[in-house]
Amino acid sequence: MTTPIQTSPKSARFGGGASLRKRGRDRLSTFWILYLPPLIWLGLFFLIPIVLMAAFSFRADTYGALFENWNLGLNQYATVIATGSYWRLLGVSSLMAFAVSISAVVLSYPLSYFLAFHSGKRAGLYLVLLLVPFWTSYLLRVMAWKIMLGTDGVINSLLMYVGVIKEPLEALLYNRNAVILTLIYVWIPFAALPILAALQRIEWTLFEAAADLGARPYHQFMRITLPLSLPGVFAAFFMVFIPTIGEYVTPLLVGGSRGFMYGNIIQDFFTKAANWPLGSALSMIMLAATLILVFIATRLIKLEDLLQ
Amino acid sequence: MSNRRAPFSLSIYYFSIIAFLYLPIAVLFLFSINTNTTFSFPLKGLTLDWYQKLLQADAVLRAARNSLIVASGSSFAATLLGTMVSILMMRYQFRSKNLLLALAALPLIVPYVVLGVALLLLFSVIHVDRSLLTVGVAHTVVALPYTLLIIASRLAGFDASIEEAAMDLGADYPTTLRRVVLPLIFPAMVSAWLTAFTVSFDEFALALFLAGTQPTFPVYLFSQLRFANRLPIMIALAVLLMIGTLMLVFIAERFRRREA
Repeated sequence: MTTPIQTSPKSARFGGGASLRKRGRDRLSTFWILYLPPLIWLGLFFLIPIVLMAAFSFRADTYGALFENWNLGLNQYATVIATGSYWRLLGVSSLMAFAVSISAVVLSYPLSYFLAFHSGKRAGLYLVLLLVPFWTSYLLRVMAWKIMLGTDGVINSLLMYVGVIKEPLEALLYNRNAVILTLIYVWIPFAALPILAALQRIEWTLFEAAADLGARPYHQFMRITLPLSLPGVFAAFFMVFIPTIGEYVTPLLVGGSRGFMYGNIIQDFFTKAANWPLGSALSMIMLAATLILVFIATRLIKLEDLLQ
Repeated sequence: MSNRRAPFSLSIYYFSIIAFLYLPIAVLFLFSINTNTTFSFPLKGLTLDWYQKLLQADAVLRAARNSLIVASGSSFAATLLGTMVSILMMRYQFRSKNLLLALAALPLIVPYVVLGVALLLLFSVIHVDRSLLTVGVAHTVVALPYTLLIIASRLAGFDASIEEAAMDLGADYPTTLRRVVLPLIFPAMVSAWLTAFTVSFDEFALALFLAGTQPTFPVYLFSQLRFANRLPIMIALAVLLMIGTLMLVFIAERFRRREA
């Protein structure tokens, strides 16, 4: 990226001749036209809300109007820290997210492997086949599982019809397993994409060389394919883990009160319970946890590796 | 890509997972043409009644219209802002560049529940009533990373010397952008717009906090889940919308792949 047109407005201004100077002025004024709208939009509707939420989390109580009579204090955080059930729920949510991401990655690895190495001429078609469910409405796919797992749902009525069970199984819906199953279902196609990208970048000559040296398929996989596809595997893991840990919609639909996740208590404090300062403190902890995760992920994965 | 024959078990696995992925969607579709309001075996009969009743269900259609309004507006704004940021990203060097890029990409990472309640706080503090506008604002923020990525990769795909040539021939920079750059990235902008549209149309987590008294379709659908007898109508519309969204996605892919 060293073409002269990409020099900064400043250096272009010192560029010499009259036309160059004019060009620099042009680019400088264009710069502000391009720069200010996104900056203002993101500042107003992304940065300020989060700063405001951070400020709210330091409000000591819920008395007074939204912006009056603030008593500052750390007691919301103290409450969070003292309440074991919040930590447990954060722990459980992380474990659920971990189970979901590991399962989605393990289940989708063979899919990517098939697409990368064994799908032949119909690779494009097979890929679209995998992606159509992913492009389908998220809410609808979650709802579909509600219909599948319900007491008078598809699975129960099918099992009763066949005669395997007499009474509907209550245990299918409204618990953590239902949430985990639904989320694995939702993420499988998504997890396959980064793994596929990593597999497709492996040089063919490596396999030929390995075969020439007498490596069996199993050893080829363990020594070449798997290690070289690990960046894609890590990427898939984090691309599923990060949104899953902040999930609240799926537990709302298929989890019920027994399948609640951390996101659901935040939602509760901003709707039913109406304790915004405490909800803000819980949100800040969630945000911090997510940012730490992203930081770890960027240490483990080089983004450039995936974008090529 | 090789033409090696797939091991039989691997093909079986692939198509079993595909079947597993399509099964719930097929169930939804069957549900929308099922005579009963519960979905249980054996099916009593098939009907198109729910689709017909849909035409008289004003509240359902109003919710769908709300979603259309929000999605068109927010995707337009997100494409416009995404275009601006991608031109800055690919054609300018400036000190706060990384800051702006981080700000534009972060909505992809911040959990929706956190962003949702933060915006709820903001709108309460500045006394803005929750409406379609507040939902649209939130959707613009979360769609921006997508539009940015799509348009920036198009800008990376062609040589900046074309712009230089235009300017050597006497065009000023705004004219160059308008006459040279915009036509070149136009397919990517269409693709970005369609992508942002589908992101917004389907979005529920933010809309639940910000919709107020004017529900978008996903929010309305959620509020009606308690009433079992209304469910088939909702699912019927959902199936229609799903087909519509899928068509948009395919068109978006077409535009994105064109000359890419």
